[in-house]
Amino acid sequence: MKELILKVNNELRSVYVESNEILLDVLREKLGIKSPKCGCERGDCGACTVLLDGKAVRSCLVLAVEAEGHSITTVEGISAEKLSALQESFIQFNSFQCGYCAPGIILAVTELLEKHPKPSLEEIKESIAGNLCRCTGYTPIFDAIMDLTKGDK
Amino acid sequence: MSLAHEFTYERPKTVDEVLLLKRQFGSKAFILAGGTDLIVNIKEGMLTPDLLIDIKEVAELKKLSLNGEMLFIGASISFDELIDRSEVQSYFPMLHDACKTVASHGVRTRATVIGNICSAVPSLDSAPALLCHDAIVHCASFDAKRDIPIREWFLAPRKTALQDIEIVTGISIPKVPESAGIYVKLGRYGGEDLAQAGWGIMLSRDLQYRIAHCALGPVPKRAAKIEALLDGNELSDSLIAEAIKLIPEEISPITDIRSSKEYRTHVSGVMLKRGLYAARDRLHGKKVDAAKLLGGIA
Ligand code: FES
Ligand code: FES
Repeated sequence: MKELILKVNNELRSVYVESNEILLDVLREKLGIKSPKCGCERGDCGACTVLLDGKAVRSCLVLAVEAEGHSITTVEGISAEKLSALQESFIQFNSFQCGYCAPGIILAVTELLEKHPKPSLEEIKESIAGNLCRCTGYTPIFDAIMDLTKGDK
Repeated sequence: MSLAHEFTYERPKTVDEVLLLKRQFGSKAFILAGGTDLIVNIKEGMLTPDLLIDIKEVAELKKLSLNGEMLFIGASISFDELIDRSEVQSYFPMLHDACKTVASHGVRTRATVIGNICSAVPSLDSAPALLCHDAIVHCASFDAKRDIPIREWFLAPRKTALQDIEIVTGISIPKVPESAGIYVKLGRYGGEDLAQAGWGIMLSRDLQYRIAHCALGPVPKRAAKIEALLDGNELSDSLIAEAIKLIPEEISPITDIRSSKEYRTHVSGVMLKRGLYAARDRLHGKKVDAAKLLGGIA
């Protein structure tokens, strides 16, 4: 076991891990951060998405030790004070049903909007092409983002 | 919860330290860059390393530069970093297309080009572009350095010319003057999927053609017979029809979960034809979206 200091949602957290522990598991099991979900465990579904230094990554494919010295953001961090405008828009459009995919999609789109505040529908689709949603058929998700950003259809 | 397999983890700061570890541990040490293949392989029990060497803090391996005629991509450069560079899009359009088709954004932020060629699966998207540009793979061991032309790199599925004590430090990709290229990939849907077939097609103003494919044989390769037929000739439907007849001699596809070998052979003809005309359009300054060439599922 090794002590790691991880910067999660702008807070420094100390945690003891083995080198073969996966970031997703450490966040959920040891740090109590439950928004990243385990779907496929192999990089295909996007449910485990977190932002590492502001970029969407698959936390099921990152070792906890790799994250040392980097900044991790999850949905808990984004909505620490109040829901983000994106989250509000998702609620308004009833974008999710079971919600399992939601944290991953919220983070992926949060990253997109940092870079492109007015994304095209094409850019939106590209940004979440690797986030699988088994409930909604994606349309209410796209609609919420398009409405929020009033991007070009 | 942790992985079933245990290993040590090191994060050296210099190439020399990496090479020293590699000399000590040989095939039991694996280089960890993006980890998007490596971690999956460890999870599935396909690899059982004693040591993972994380190279993301080695400054020398983070280089990405265009010096005159040569693009250098260091070992820890991700697909995402390449996609964001306008020089890559302008001078290496085929490579740029290919990078955009690798998995999805959340994977591309970690996955690296060098990791892609080291995994050496038959469907690797970056291979046709690297083959068409005659890229050079830079390898190093503790005692020596060597350069391997990309054409000699791929030996068999998941097998490359790299030796156990060596690492890849980067790859150099020469510009091809007065040329344009395109990467045409057929997946079953947009985002995520591995290639069922991939064709890289490049054409220069003096009518020299460079053509390579992936996912259509045990290793990605150049299509020398088709190139020889096309070289020096203006494109026409009849010339392309002749080229398509050569496809069965150039590829050795298999039937797998993604498609049958008959389909792969047939669709290669469609891809070659559309790709050739699209490369010519790009050469003449027209904007072509490679993702739309096969109907644009997105
Ligand atoms: S759980 Fe990580 S991508 Fe599916
Ligand atoms: S809302 Fe159920 S998976 Fe997306």
